[in-house]
Amino acid sequence: MLLRVLVRAGVLLASLAVSSVVVFGFLAALPGDPARVALGVNATEESVATLRTEFGLDRPLRTQYVDWVGGMLTGDPGRSYVSKAEIGLQLADRMQVTLWLVAAATVIAVLIALPAGTLMAVRHGKLSGLVLAGLSQIGVAVPAFLAGILLITLFAVRLRWLPSGGWTPPVEDPVMFLRQLTLPALALGLVQGAVLTRYVRSAVIDVLREDYLRTARAKGLTPERALWRHGLRNAMVPVVTVLGLQLATLLIGAVVVERVFVVPGMGKLLLDAVANRDLLLVQAVVMVLVVAVLVVNFVVDLLYTVLDPRLRHG
Amino acid sequence: MESGLIGSTRAAAGALAAAALLGLAACSAGSSTSSPDGTPPPSGEGSEEALVLGLVAEPATLDFSQDAGAAIPQALLVNVYEGLVKLDQDGEIVAALATDWEVSDDGLTYTFDLVEDAIFTNGEPFTADDAAFSIERVQNDWAVALKSAMDVVASAEATSPTELVVTLTGPSNNWLYNMTTRVGAMFSESGVDDLANTPIGTGPYAFTEWNRGDSIVLTRNPDYWGDAPYFNEVTLRYFDDPTALNSALLTGTIDVITTVQAPEGLAQFEGNEDLQIIEGTTNGEVVLSFNHRSTPFQDLRVRQAVRQAIDHQALVDTCWAGRGDLIGSMVPPTDPWYEDLTDVAPYDPDEATALLTAAGQTDLTLRLRLPSLPYATSCGQVVASQLEDVGITVEVDTLEFPAQWLAQVFMAPNDYDMSIVAHVEPRDIPPIFGDPTYYLGYLNPEVVEMLEAADLGTVDEQVTIMQEVARTLSEDAAADWLFLLPNLVVADADITGLPENAIGEALDLTLLARS
Repeated sequence: MLLRVLVRAGVLLASLAVSSVVVFGFLAALPGDPARVALGVNATEESVATLRTEFGLDRPLRTQYVDWVGGMLTGDPGRSYVSKAEIGLQLADRMQVTLWLVAAATVIAVLIALPAGTLMAVRHGKLSGLVLAGLSQIGVAVPAFLAGILLITLFAVRLRWLPSGGWTPPVEDPVMFLRQLTLPALALGLVQGAVLTRYVRSAVIDVLREDYLRTARAKGLTPERALWRHGLRNAMVPVVTVLGLQLATLLIGAVVVERVFVVPGMGKLLLDAVANRDLLLVQAVVMVLVVAVLVVNFVVDLLYTVLDPRLRHG
Repeated sequence: MESGLIGSTRAAAGALAAAALLGLAACSAGSSTSSPDGTPPPSGEGSEEALVLGLVAEPATLDFSQDAGAAIPQALLVNVYEGLVKLDQDGEIVAALATDWEVSDDGLTYTFDLVEDAIFTNGEPFTADDAAFSIERVQNDWAVALKSAMDVVASAEATSPTELVVTLTGPSNNWLYNMTTRVGAMFSESGVDDLANTPIGTGPYAFTEWNRGDSIVLTRNPDYWGDAPYFNEVTLRYFDDPTALNSALLTGTIDVITTVQAPEGLAQFEGNEDLQIIEGTTNGEVVLSFNHRSTPFQDLRVRQAVRQAIDHQALVDTCWAGRGDLIGSMVPPTDPWYEDLTDVAPYDPDEATALLTAAGQTDLTLRLRLPSLPYATSCGQVVASQLEDVGITVEVDTLEFPAQWLAQVFMAPNDYDMSIVAHVEPRDIPPIFGDPTYYLGYLNPEVVEMLEAADLGTVDEQVTIMQEVARTLSEDAAADWLFLLPNLVVADADITGLPENAIGEALDLTLLARS
């Protein structure tokens, strides 16, 4: 068990190191000069050069990389080129927003997927199962931003039940917070829920065919009780995996959904930073997202061992 | 875009079914709108009401001395920062922090009388020392190219707390005009430490809060020396997505859309009695630029052929929903030297073909490199197809704006034949057509000479000469002017004081009220 954790942690660290080089390398190769973008179309070459020096862009790439990684590790990623604001503070601010959104979307996705997926598995081959399968297929095909636009059109513009976007921190006004969170979380969660439903369905179908479930029924349990007591926990192993993998998709989905709903989260920070060629900020945001995805995968790995005792000795 | 219909039908079914499945849609509170309708407006002094305006493109910093972004003066100039002079709705230069000014006969010395009771929002009084400091600071500490507008100043001196004497190295009509732009903004000597985050000015509104990625909040300045604005609080909320912006107005989240991004979206507001639509002009000439370094464009006949091959009205109708005036040269109707020059190069495809044949360019290929901006990409397709009709092969590609477009088209090696970009700065002929190092590479000694004469002469002479410049540019086919970007505003029907034409750099919030 301990060995397994150590090996996984080693893999995590190696992945982090490699991805930091990749992130830095790609952005260094990105065409477009941050100093030129900041100073605008009419700036002289001279003033652009001065600003490049101020940004530290004239130093060798290796020095820039070492400084950057050092800064990220000590929790001080520096100041943004353009706004001169502390990157650390901005990241903390925006990450909170995105975490709320992703967490709410995950809850929605799980609330949809577990009942719908289980129902589809139990009704496998029947008409109601087919209808549900069809609906989830449609859900999988819809991109989150389109779901967002449609939700706005229906619930904000037509029915006027919910605001069309914006963000209020929960401490400031909890009711407004929930009202504004609902539609973007739904846009993200519905699509993810549809994807997850299909995994829940196949996991439950697999479990239904297992010998231990037949044994449980032979002992006198109804099919529902047998599934509830013995089946679902086993079906959860692949579902948790997918949920972990989906976190990456959710974060990417959040980038677009935040744009549609005017939510000032990581996604919006990233898009604005790319447009301004605020490279230090882009690097920091991308790296934080990479860390988030890798750490979640690490945790998912560990969760297996909790859910499936057989893996503890693997 | 073409697949939009098919996609949305499918998605609607999915979203509705899933929402119904959970019953989630009905679980939140009833509707409410943010605008406090029904309260009678208090007369005279300002009200306690708040106003929310929707804008596009949030500034990256609030310091326009270090960053050229147009969104910064749009939000802050006139509202938070004031200059000695400003532009009124007719484009006239009128008094602001200077109550009056005198120009010496030789045009070299400007003596400004300043208001006595203006106070910066950091509590410091505004004096002639601050004015001199602000002018010198442009010369010494500003980073952006616009600072060159102050090159002509030899000295700025406070002769008393309320009198400022500015001496120029030579007479310049443009200088006083430039003092109405961001370059003329007055700063407090003790208030320039953190301009990127904390603007300090004398204006009718005080900067209150910047929620990055979301909004800028201004509140009425209680110590303002002039007339108090009507609204107690004005929020500028920024949207990246045009659909989100439109929805925000329709749901009452905002009260005004200051610039409609895609004019085809206006249809959803038309006929709505709760809303008003204002259509005016801007300073944004959408220029089809010719690279004068590229061999075919060194021939006047080729440039003329391109201009005459374009049916401008059809173009605006197709790519900008028919909104926007045709101008025919580099002057918007709000400038004193405007003339309708659309007849200089009328649409005539036969004439265009004849010109190309005469120039020996019957097998011409031109590269049209577009910035990734809505008007450029959609109108670029129309330009390409109209040019193909007269036998020019057009290779179109799109470059990410601003970074990629700047690096390839705008900067050396200026790797393009044609591009499309709106030049939005006011009175911008001199930097664009008077400077051969600019991305157009246009060099016409006659124009350069006339521009100098216009700047040096009397105000009347300036108008006459600038008219001549505009005509010369058009006749010389220095570029093609596709149309003038319209100023399209949609607002709650009871909002008054919205500027019809976007003339200066500022979005003037001072006259807004709710009736």
